Amino acid sequence: MGKIREGNFVTTTLESLIGWARKYSIFQYPFVTACCGMEYMATAASHFDIDRFGAGLTRFTPRQADVLFVVGTISHKLAPVLKKVYEQMTEPKWVVAFGTCTITGGIYDNYAAVQGIDAIIPVDIYIPGCPPRPETVLDALMKLQEKIQKEKQKWALRK
Amino acid sequence: MGLEEIEREFSLERIETADGIPTYYCEKEGLLPLMEKLKSDFEILLDITAVDYFGKREKRFEVVYLLLSLSQKIRLRIKVRLGEGEKVSTLSFLWKNANWLEREVYDMFGIEFEGHPDLRRILLYPEFKGHPLRKDYPLKKSQPRIKLLRSERE
Repeated sequence: MGKIREGNFVTTTLESLIGWARKYSIFQYPFVTACCGMEYMATAASHFDIDRFGAGLTRFTPRQADVLFVVGTISHKLAPVLKKVYEQMTEPKWVVAFGTCTITGGIYDNYAAVQGIDAIIPVDIYIPGCPPRPETVLDALMKLQEKIQKEKQKWALRK
Repeated sequence: MGLEEIEREFSLERIETADGIPTYYCEKEGLLPLMEKLKSDFEILLDITAVDYFGKREKRFEVVYLLLSLSQKIRLRIKVRLGEGEKVSTLSFLWKNANWLEREVYDMFGIEFEGHPDLRRILLYPEFKGHPLRKDYPLKKSQPRIKLLRSERE
């Protein structure tokens, strides 16, 4: 590198550098099944603008996505599909449960609805609300970014 | 053809309902000739649904047909009482949409329609056991298709 003058470089760890890069380039896969989708769209569109957080690029194939947004009621009929979509995503991957129905089944306490998607796939962030306000969604997104930043890399050398 | 004429021909008795829609009970054997007659005036079959009076009535089911006449601007409700395991004739060759509506009633209540071309589940998955809108189906009994990571209810 030759001469590096004082003050012209910063030190960091590779781990936190990767976390920083990942948290600002979230490619999301919206798995939208119900009315929460409206609020999701409001968050994604220009007024609230999810792109300010580096999460503006939605991918419509799970193979290109980092974050799975499960937005809406998941029925038992649909459960195998959601599981397959999750399995198709490449590591590293995160899951956001969006709305009360997704978290607990909500008012649909019956034969049809899954009582929380964490019965099917692991979940990183829960967004409560029926439906959640866009502010809540953005808050959850920032919490997810925090989580991604702090994540320990699996390949890192450890004692 | 007026409703009075139909009432006379099929000896039906009108039942008063809160919504004011003319409502008639019909024997299951008499449904097909009645509906064939009604088809000429009532162009649209709005809905087929059912009610389960389990433990309250001798014949537990009631299949409800809701018809609409665009030319006469009236609606009509026909009800058929059915016991457990009793069948009623399909209307899928009179109104095409009866095909799917009857499949839904079969899916939710297990009521079979005689002569239906394709009577199988329409909303639930094929491996589902039982019919969830029957009153003797446990209210919160789910039938997961995949192995769950945790139990759904404590």
